[in-house]
Amino acid sequence: MTFLKKSPWLLHYDASSCNGCDIEVLACLTPLYDVERFGIINTGNPKHADVFVVTGGVNEQNREVIRNIYEQIPEPKVVVAVGICATSGGIFRECYNMSGGIDQLIPVDVYVPGCAARPESIIDGIVKSLEILEEKRIQMKERARQIKQGRSPGGGER
Amino acid sequence: MISLTNAILFLLLAPVIGGLVSGIDRKLTARMQGRVGPPILQPFYDVGKLLEKENLVVTSSQNYYILSYIVFIVVSGALFFAGGDLLLVIFAFTLAHIFLVLGAYASYSPYSFVGAERELIQIIAYEPMIILSAVGMYMVTKSFFVNEIAASELPLILYLPGVFIGFLMVFTIKLRKSPFDLSTSHHAHQELVKGVTTEFTGPNLARIEIAHWYENVFLLGFVYLFFAFNPVIAIVAIIIAYLLEILIDNTFSRVKWQFTLKSSWIVAGMMGLVNLGVLYYLAGVLV
Amino acid sequence: MIELPFLIIFPAIAAVLLLFIANETLRDAVVKIAALLIGAGTLYAFFMYFQSGLQLFSVPFEPASQIMFVLELFIALYILYVGIRCRRYLAVLLIIIQSVLLIYVESVFVMGIHPEFNLFIDQFSLIMAMIIGIIGTLICVYALRYMQTYHAHHAEITDRRRLFFFMFFVFLSAMFGLVFSNNLLWVFFFWEITTLCSFILIGYSQTKEATKNAFLALEMNLLGGVAFAGALFYLLYVDPSGQFLGIEQLLTSGYAIALVPAVLIGFAGITKAALMPFSSWLVGAMVAPTPVSALLHSSTMVKAGVYIIVRFAPVYTGTMEGLIIGLVGGFTFLLASAIAISQSNAKKVLAYSTIANLGLIVACAGVGTYKLVWAAIMLIIFHAIAKSLLFLCVGTVEHRIGSRDIEDMSGLIVRMPKIAVMMFIGIAGMFLAPFGMLISKWAAIEAFIEAQFGLIFVAILAFGGSITVLFWSKWMGKIISVIPSGEKVEDTVKKEKWFVLYLLTALTVIVCLIFPLISSALIEPFVMSVYGQTARLSQDNIMIMAMMIFLLMLMPFSLLLYRDGVKHVPAYMGGRPTTTDMRFQGSMGITRETELSNYYFEEYFGEKRLLMAGTALCFGLILLAGVLLTGVVL
Repeated sequence: MTFLKKSPWLLHYDASSCNGCDIEVLACLTPLYDVERFGIINTGNPKHADVFVVTGGVNEQNREVIRNIYEQIPEPKVVVAVGICATSGGIFRECYNMSGGIDQLIPVDVYVPGCAARPESIIDGIVKSLEILEEKRIQMKERARQIKQGRSPGGGER
Repeated sequence: MISLTNAILFLLLAPVIGGLVSGIDRKLTARMQGRVGPPILQPFYDVGKLLEKENLVVTSSQNYYILSYIVFIVVSGALFFAGGDLLLVIFAFTLAHIFLVLGAYASYSPYSFVGAERELIQIIAYEPMIILSAVGMYMVTKSFFVNEIAASELPLILYLPGVFIGFLMVFTIKLRKSPFDLSTSHHAHQELVKGVTTEFTGPNLARIEIAHWYENVFLLGFVYLFFAFNPVIAIVAIIIAYLLEILIDNTFSRVKWQFTLKSSWIVAGMMGLVNLGVLYYLAGVLV
Repeated sequence: MIELPFLIIFPAIAAVLLLFIANETLRDAVVKIAALLIGAGTLYAFFMYFQSGLQLFSVPFEPASQIMFVLELFIALYILYVGIRCRRYLAVLLIIIQSVLLIYVESVFVMGIHPEFNLFIDQFSLIMAMIIGIIGTLICVYALRYMQTYHAHHAEITDRRRLFFFMFFVFLSAMFGLVFSNNLLWVFFFWEITTLCSFILIGYSQTKEATKNAFLALEMNLLGGVAFAGALFYLLYVDPSGQFLGIEQLLTSGYAIALVPAVLIGFAGITKAALMPFSSWLVGAMVAPTPVSALLHSSTMVKAGVYIIVRFAPVYTGTMEGLIIGLVGGFTFLLASAIAISQSNAKKVLAYSTIANLGLIVACAGVGTYKLVWAAIMLIIFHAIAKSLLFLCVGTVEHRIGSRDIEDMSGLIVRMPKIAVMMFIGIAGMFLAPFGMLISKWAAIEAFIEAQFGLIFVAILAFGGSITVLFWSKWMGKIISVIPSGEKVEDTVKKEKWFVLYLLTALTVIVCLIFPLISSALIEPFVMSVYGQTARLSQDNIMIMAMMIFLLMLMPFSLLLYRDGVKHVPAYMGGRPTTTDMRFQGSMGITRETELSNYYFEEYFGEKRLLMAGTALCFGLILLAGVLLTGVVL
């Protein structure tokens, strides 16, 4: 089935962004771009989300929060790093309290660079992430099948 | 007296109708906001996706409460369409909602806890009016059984205009529409997170959504009863009532729970009770 | 007919025995054996009489009435004594008025009268006897262990357990007497005994508060007693031959003469059943040890009040006075339910819910059509079982967690899983479909629509019923919250307590399943014999409800489906990392604890405000009834 691709629900988290990218993420919801056309909904709750959209980079304040939210999103899930700060730390990467991009902490599937990233490219990135989401779902199913058959996931052949 | 065929038809068709209604609702809402909106079938995609997702819970008992919720929603709806006793239907309906509330309480999470309390407030806000509606129908048709009420030739709406207005008010609460979407809502009102549904993921959330479809069809059936003397008028009335709800949803902002409770009780008291009082008085005079 | 005197006298003998037994093992044995015998006796009486309908008995023992009169004087003297000693002159005044009335009645009229039939039994008496004989004795057995722990926890309170169990069994004896007596003089005697017993049991701990509340209960009940004595006086004044002293004779006399005594006794019933404006004594009675509350609330005392009102229901039918009594009940139901929302003390919630339900029963009986009497008796049965279960659960919980506050019962399902499940069933029994109380409320709604002025009651039920949903469900929610860290503290509960709790839980469910049988075997014949027609639920609905109960019992097995393969994550805390015991880093780096608390809506459902409204309203109604009654008398 391809329901997942038709109904990706986002969770948008502002890590340490300057709010530039956040405005652009929200712009996607406006009538001009209207991402609900694709079934995309901006949820306020990781437990309902499929796509984790992060703006801004990792610092000491938000490190635990990002990890916590990521863990609370049910599988399958993808992470989209929006904006240059989220992809690499951007102009803040040398700061004393920055660890860099989101991928320093959690696995990132799609990078959407830009300062700020434009709505078109954000939508483009999310659409791209849907392919990965679908792949992950198939992997998850495969893993569940293997567990059912009594093999430990991935470790059976080793 | 009880029609099993109707119950089974409800069981099979209600999710389809409920999902479609929900899809049309979202499309119309989008158009009212100047957007294109999702496809009509979007609610089915959503539920399909949720069923594919992983089931994360805080505590296993959540699964039990949600399963009970959907089971009893289906039971009460099926009982309604089978032509059962209206009061029993309402009580079974309340029982189902108590399960939803308990499911939210079970997780001991702040957001769902607040959602649960608010859901309870909603229950006490709408329950008196629903019971009064049933009582009103009894006073006109002398029966609590849905099949007998539906078969009645009397135009219930002419006898019960006040009750119907009161019912429309609680209809808004039940559909989780603004301004009364206190405990959880369809839209991205993020300060609530998601109220009662906060701690439910994937399949459980899908069950809640399906239960909601069943529930909506049941409520539309309730609207039908007011116009049951003429099925065509009844269908038109249902459509108008639902369109009205969508309009209200898009033109009002959410109110506080205090206002919800007070206003629905006052409307139940003013519209419902006064209407029934007049009927009661007339029945006394005429006899 | 030996069963009836046995049930009345045997508990009294056991009581006297217990008064002299100081040894704990021996007391245990006596209480258990007595409980067993009383239970067996009631069951025997049930199987002997459930088909036979109304039966009247004369008592071969001549001086019984004289002995009662002498005992009554002793009770009066005792109350006089404690009243003067504690300077509660209202109680003194009331007991003097009552005694004067009684002595006058006895000396002027009764000397020459020997009512033929002093005892009777019918299906309603049997139902009451079953409640007293089964639930009452179960509470006695539970009290054994409870009082042990109670005194271990409260070293400062004098151990007067001999007196305690004496009073318990006297109470049972008096209740049996009350429901089996046909002679109103006898009913009055047992009525006064229950007043005295409750006075002593409420004041058991001898603290200042307990004594104060005990006197409050005494005064209010004596007020009812005065009205009762007035009724006796009136009856004998109207007809000195005393033929109307028999309840049965009075009820079949054609009601004209019965109205005044029925309303006076109804007033006595209102005080005993703790309706507004007399509700405060029942709430105050919460200071007593929990088994006392359980006994007062579920099977005895307050049930005596509603019993007598339901007895006289046919007299009230269609009268203005009856309607007023019904309205007092109805408003009490609505307001007491609303007050329960604002309470966090579990015992107070239970107290207000008791008051509310008694109000509903009185509302049904006051309006008094045959359908409503059917509903009222159903309410009595279901309420007795579920409420005793809840009280005993709360008592057990209180001893383990050291609090009776609902807020402290958070996560009870983790800490005391079995008790929590029982409490859950008890609460469900109080307000959820398809359990008992709801069936009765449903029947009441249907019946009220057809009654005179019934719309007022329908509205009260519609609003009051939904209020009930709120305060029970939030309590339920509290106990089933799965707190992340909780220690199991259930293992120290003694086996006697488990036995009683299991039995009551089973009864709660079983009675819901077999209620059509109870209805057709007991309630319908009774209503039939009084009104000539009877109510019942339609077959379809009974089937559907039975299906719902089975479904409810099946649902928990779904938990087995989710045993494995479910991933657990902590609750969503706005992304904040949280420790397992729900502590999180707040702003400024301070560690904070998560605490979840229910809404109590003080500003809408505050106790003080609503109580004042209820008192004023119901007091006014009673005054109105008084005025009407004076009109009838003159």
